[in-house]
Amino acid sequence: MMERQLDLLIVGGGPAGLAAAIPAHDAGCRDILILEREQHLGGILRQCIHSGFGLHIFKEELTGPEYAQRYVQMTLERNIPYQCDTMVLDIAPDRTVTATSPVHGVQVFRPKAVVLAMGCRERPRGALGTPGTRCSGIYCAGTAQRLVNLEGFMPGKRIVILGSGDIGLIMARRMTFEGAKVLAVVELMPYSSGLKRNIVQCLDDYGIPLLLSHTVTDIRGRERLEGVTVSKVGPDRKPIPGTEIQYDCDTLLLSCGLIPENELSKTAGVTLDRATAGPVVDQHLCTNVSGVFACGNVLHVHDLVDNVSEEAEEAGKQAAAYVAGTASDVRLVAEVEDGEGVRGLVPRRITGTVTAPVKLMFRPANVYKDAQLETLVDGEVVATRKARIFTPGEMVTALLLPKFLPQDGKCHKVSMRIVQ
Amino acid sequence: MKREITCIGCPMGCLISAEVENGSILSMSGYTCPRGEIYAKQELTTPERAITTLIRCAGATPLSVKTASGVPKAKIPECLAAIHAAKVTLPVKEGQVVLHNVCGTGVDVVATRDISGSWLMVSG
Ligand SMILES: Cc1cc2nc3c(=O)[nH]c(=O)nc-3n(C[C@H](O)[C@H](O)[C@H](O)COP(=O)(O)OP(=O)(O)OC[C@H]3O[C@@H](n4cnc5c(N)ncnc54)[C@H](O)[C@@H]3O)c2cc1C
Ligand code: SF4
Repeated sequence: MMERQLDLLIVGGGPAGLAAAIPAHDAGCRDILILEREQHLGGILRQCIHSGFGLHIFKEELTGPEYAQRYVQMTLERNIPYQCDTMVLDIAPDRTVTATSPVHGVQVFRPKAVVLAMGCRERPRGALGTPGTRCSGIYCAGTAQRLVNLEGFMPGKRIVILGSGDIGLIMARRMTFEGAKVLAVVELMPYSSGLKRNIVQCLDDYGIPLLLSHTVTDIRGRERLEGVTVSKVGPDRKPIPGTEIQYDCDTLLLSCGLIPENELSKTAGVTLDRATAGPVVDQHLCTNVSGVFACGNVLHVHDLVDNVSEEAEEAGKQAAAYVAGTASDVRLVAEVEDGEGVRGLVPRRITGTVTAPVKLMFRPANVYKDAQLETLVDGEVVATRKARIFTPGEMVTALLLPKFLPQDGKCHKVSMRIVQ
Repeated sequence: MKREITCIGCPMGCLISAEVENGSILSMSGYTCPRGEIYAKQELTTPERAITTLIRCAGATPLSVKTASGVPKAKIPECLAAIHAAKVTLPVKEGQVVLHNVCGTGVDVVATRDISGSWLMVSG
């Protein structure tokens, strides 16, 4: 089989893939190829027709399709090559990439650098252990979003949503707009993992109840869903008998979180982090496999696409530098660990000579009010920041200043914790 | 009357408490930046929402649209009905006005994507 040599191969043509390609091109890397399995560039944003994107990057509020289109436009203007309808099947540890498409059949690429930008997918029903019959009318919220917004198909008329993640909240409003009745949004935890803005504008505005500390305990229906039972749960998250509420509904949407899509990263030999389910990277988005970079939702699930674009820009620049042979030094100078209340710090590794502030991102493990975020180096608190609220629904970004990291050739421990 | 609202100006989601009497704000606290103050004043007196929804187009994927700016919150149902009933002729370009002055709000409804039959199906 013909193998194609190239400089930079980008897997995934969503916001992350495109935002990585653009600075790589601008840095002089011209032999790029973006592979995208869908028929179009733009990724998941194409189906996110609501607004709320771009406030940080473009200083205006855009809808998902508009935000995606700006990056598509920048990609087209630069004539960066891409190939849609192409599914990457395998990435080997030596960066050999195998892909398949109806037009080109199986293709093998040997790029000097790879950017992983495959995004994430929804936690499927199986992973949730929802009880009851296996009837139709149960969808992941993102699948429903795609059906409604891209295919113009309404999944049902009377709807219950399990999980109060952003996609579920957005879909509650979307289905209401399309004439359906959303009976309730049911959340197992005592707080919502969705953004405040979405709770206000998607539920409160339309009087849709948000039942915190509740879950679906039974699903009824033979062929089509006929109803669900919802029960309150105790602090142990077990249903409390006698608290059952019955809903007659024809549709149940599941919005129970997203998981980075890392099957390919695994075949490439990329080490994954247990907390984020994404690759372990350094501050330059470089994985443990030389020449393989990761950014966007494949790295960790972001709630703002602006952060995805920013992260991807760095990945693109670094990948171009790697191709040009000017990559930064990968000597480990610090390992980053989650402390109390902090989950999934990215990056996990700090490498080379640190001259610029290192951006650290994580999700709070719980809701903390009037709390303090502390950054520790080798067990000593070096920086603190107060906030009125930390919630799992809102990712936190903190900067580690170079002056706090001793440049003595040793490997240090950096950690963050939330104290109340 | 005491009212509590969540500022949606940014992901901070500050909680703003206010004392509102006959549509005027007597006192207000909890916002942490000027944008929050502007938001709260408006939300407590003349709430507005930008609408994003779809217009069905025969034989093509639905057209995603938005109101160019906020419309009075109370007018959302009326505006939605008008937008959903609007007819568009393809092709449509992103940014094109598909409905002028929806329900007398002075706000136009614009397309948020191109529909020509194929949306970026080209390959490079
Ligand atoms: C329902 C929903 C609502 C959201 N709402 C907001 C919001 O209000 N505001 C906001 O800022 N952000 C929001 N986001 C987040 C935003 O959409 C994401 O942050 C952004 O799309 C992530 O970009 P990405 O490129 O990492 O992933 P994606 O957009 O998922 O792109 C990944 C791309 O990789 C492709 N791909 C995957 N595997 C392969 C393979 N093997 N071969 C080839 N191609 C492959 C996929 O087809 C896809 O196009 C929302 C996300 C979702 C899902
Ligand atoms: S008050 Fe300011 S900081 Fe707080 S949520 Fe509103 S815009 Fe954000």
